[in-house]
Amino acid sequence: MATAVLETAERETYLNREYGIKSWLLTVDHKRIALLYLMGITFFFFIGGFFALLIRLELLTPAGDLVQADTYNKLFTMHGQIMVFFFLIPAVPAVLGNFLIPIMIGARDLAFPRINLLSWYIYMIGGVLMLITILNGGVDTGWTFYTPLSTEFLKTNVVTAALAVFVSGFSSILTGLNFIVTTHRMRAPGMTWNRLPLFVWAHYATSIIQVLGTPVVAIAIVLVALERTLHLGIFNPALGGDPLLFQHLFWFYSHPAVYIMILPGMGIISEIVCCFSRKRIFGYKAMAMALLGIAVVGFLVWAHHMFVAGISLYAALIFSLLSYFVAVPSAIKVFNWTSTMYKGSITYQTPMLYAFGFIGLFTMGGLTGLFLASLGIDVHVTDTYFVIAHFHYIMVGGMVMAYLGGMHFWWPKISGRMYPEGWGRLAALLVFVGFNLTFFPQFVLGYMGMPRRYWDYSHSPEFQILNVLSTAGATILAVGYLLPMIYFLWSMRYGKPAPDNPWNAAGLEWTIPSPPTTYNFDEQPVVTWEAYNYDEIKEEVPVAN
Amino acid sequence: MANNVDALFIFLLVVSGLMTLLIFIMVVYFAVRYRRQPGRRAEQIDGSHALEITWSVIPFCVFMTFFMWGALIYFKERTPPSDSAEVYTVAKQWMWKFEHMEGQREINELHVPAGRNVKMIMTSQDVIHSFFVPAFRIKQDVLPGRYTVTWFHATKPGTYHLFCAEYCGTMHSGMIGSVVVMEPKDYEAWMSGGGSQPLALTGEKLFTELGCVTCHRADTQGRGPNLVGVFGKPVMLEDGRTVTADENYVRESILQPEAKIVKGFKPVMPTFQGQISDEQLNALVAYVKSLNQQPSGQPGNVAAASPQP
Repeated sequence: MATAVLETAERETYLNREYGIKSWLLTVDHKRIALLYLMGITFFFFIGGFFALLIRLELLTPAGDLVQADTYNKLFTMHGQIMVFFFLIPAVPAVLGNFLIPIMIGARDLAFPRINLLSWYIYMIGGVLMLITILNGGVDTGWTFYTPLSTEFLKTNVVTAALAVFVSGFSSILTGLNFIVTTHRMRAPGMTWNRLPLFVWAHYATSIIQVLGTPVVAIAIVLVALERTLHLGIFNPALGGDPLLFQHLFWFYSHPAVYIMILPGMGIISEIVCCFSRKRIFGYKAMAMALLGIAVVGFLVWAHHMFVAGISLYAALIFSLLSYFVAVPSAIKVFNWTSTMYKGSITYQTPMLYAFGFIGLFTMGGLTGLFLASLGIDVHVTDTYFVIAHFHYIMVGGMVMAYLGGMHFWWPKISGRMYPEGWGRLAALLVFVGFNLTFFPQFVLGYMGMPRRYWDYSHSPEFQILNVLSTAGATILAVGYLLPMIYFLWSMRYGKPAPDNPWNAAGLEWTIPSPPTTYNFDEQPVVTWEAYNYDEIKEEVPVAN
Repeated sequence: MANNVDALFIFLLVVSGLMTLLIFIMVVYFAVRYRRQPGRRAEQIDGSHALEITWSVIPFCVFMTFFMWGALIYFKERTPPSDSAEVYTVAKQWMWKFEHMEGQREINELHVPAGRNVKMIMTSQDVIHSFFVPAFRIKQDVLPGRYTVTWFHATKPGTYHLFCAEYCGTMHSGMIGSVVVMEPKDYEAWMSGGGSQPLALTGEKLFTELGCVTCHRADTQGRGPNLVGVFGKPVMLEDGRTVTADENYVRESILQPEAKIVKGFKPVMPTFQGQISDEQLNALVAYVKSLNQQPSGQPGNVAAASPQP
């Protein structure tokens, strides 16, 4: 198969089998659908990122001087809604998961290829509704839609925004359903549960959350829209409703949604760390069980977002305790990734640099989560920049680092081209430095008491210096994110043709050509080896450049 | 309270700093020590149950100290001492309105004496707000339709930031104010400055004006329960439940009288929903509470001159 490289030009692949817009828009090939998703989420990532930059620019000075208060409120609302619902949740599962899961388990496609395409269309309809919301003047509920502010008081496009989130949720449910059935029914002979790559385990755990959790937020969001239009009196106390009911429903999904975002990232990191350490994962079963453990316990901690919201003292105590339970499997994972490197043979290609970054930043994000789970501390720092910093360490420091690491790792397989390694390492470094400069100061700001969602802080000029640092970091981060987009596009035409297995990595996806053919495998593969059998792979990672 | 929170925060910083350092050192050390070198292959290790258990159990025990310590502080934060001075607070887009028991009213500025426990009894006229004084390390959401409570004990005179911490619309970042902590004697002087009447007295007048007094008599003959000595005590309900008569119970009984009917009474009371303002409601609650302070059971302590019912 190593000779296949030379034939790339003529060989039929999923990319050159058919041409034309119709062959893409009506495709049922999971790989093509993954690329359709990639375009969608990249578009929304840069829109959401643009809003973030405007937020950071406004906060450069204490006075509210760049945009109006209402505009600022719209910026952080739409930044949050776009990044959470249109980037973070679909990013890894719908792009990398879609592309890789069938190949990793030795299947031709997902169990329901047409439903897979349907889920992309639903995602796009949700996306268009979000764009309509933006173009109509935006929405300023905060991404959390808290009632009764969202239902009775705001004059903006709450209903279309709610509809956008509601619709995109079905895309997430269908993807989850598809992955669950695929993992159960489509595994190749010999691909037992204990031989599944952790990437697949991670998506399996994620899918369970998507299927069980998303309907709840869909209900909550529909009730917001109904209350707003029909004044039902579900959440508005003036009509006999209960505003905390909304928070319970919202966080019942939106806390597990954090794990929808991070678990697939954990799967990616497991693949990368093993490959570039040339090692089997340390504690395979513990890693798989930790993924499921996080998914299950993650459903029992939602009210830790509500410690000062007016829930009872004893409810708060229970939810604080349960929140610490979910931290244990996360700790196990960090220790196991680190131990996987022990006595390895480590090289520092771009994906591995992102994995290093992930381990460090996820650790910090996780540990600051323990601060927030501690009731006495949470009362002071909740709804301040401390929380903003914490969840960006998980979402951006963790999930986006993993996503970029995964994109670099599998880009040769997806595109059939190598990305430029030097630029890749530079971008990884910029992202790491820019990220820390942006978000570390926000921990300090939060403890100093700067509330989140403040357009103007001229009453507290002492907050300015840290905000300036944060904005400076955001510009570096922006460059770090633009670079990969540019050189990935460049590499599609000018990159070196990728060999089938450029990293000498384990896993079925590296046994087939880069890029794969439409049906992935010419013959039904039979698996006779454990995952991460790096002891049986003689070659090391080729040193780049 | 601030010192307790800071002590826990420093403890968490040290412990998690050490954990982060441990991970960082391990990652960097392994990355360098086990970098690829010619002639050396990775040594395969499957895992270790002993190690898995170690790094599950030890972090769990450490986490439990975080939980316990945090819970102890929170328990204290959620339990206002009974000797607290009370301030009724009404939040609205985008201002804070305070009313002291003595009757002084303030907007966006709250004067309190140093060295005294102060209990904030808060409600909102519109959306959810949050009462946040970073210097005191306290925060409590303020909800429409019910009371939420927090308390603090300021020790050092000075002026401290008051922020709204729950996003509440356009001027969320303008919903700010200050807490002015004064020496007790300065506070006394400030208090005597205004000529306002005590909140409970306002409440008592309302109690008469609205006709509450005709049914809620200070004997057993009324059509409604006698309210003397009720506050803070368990109340037996018609449906068999027992609830504690706190601020939210009194509030609900005025606005939705049919929600909780006291054992032995009929649901005959009309609702006052929409007929009285949040400030008037606060005054009525303050009056009902004041009925407890007279051991003889006479509701005359706030205005001795008022006629016995």
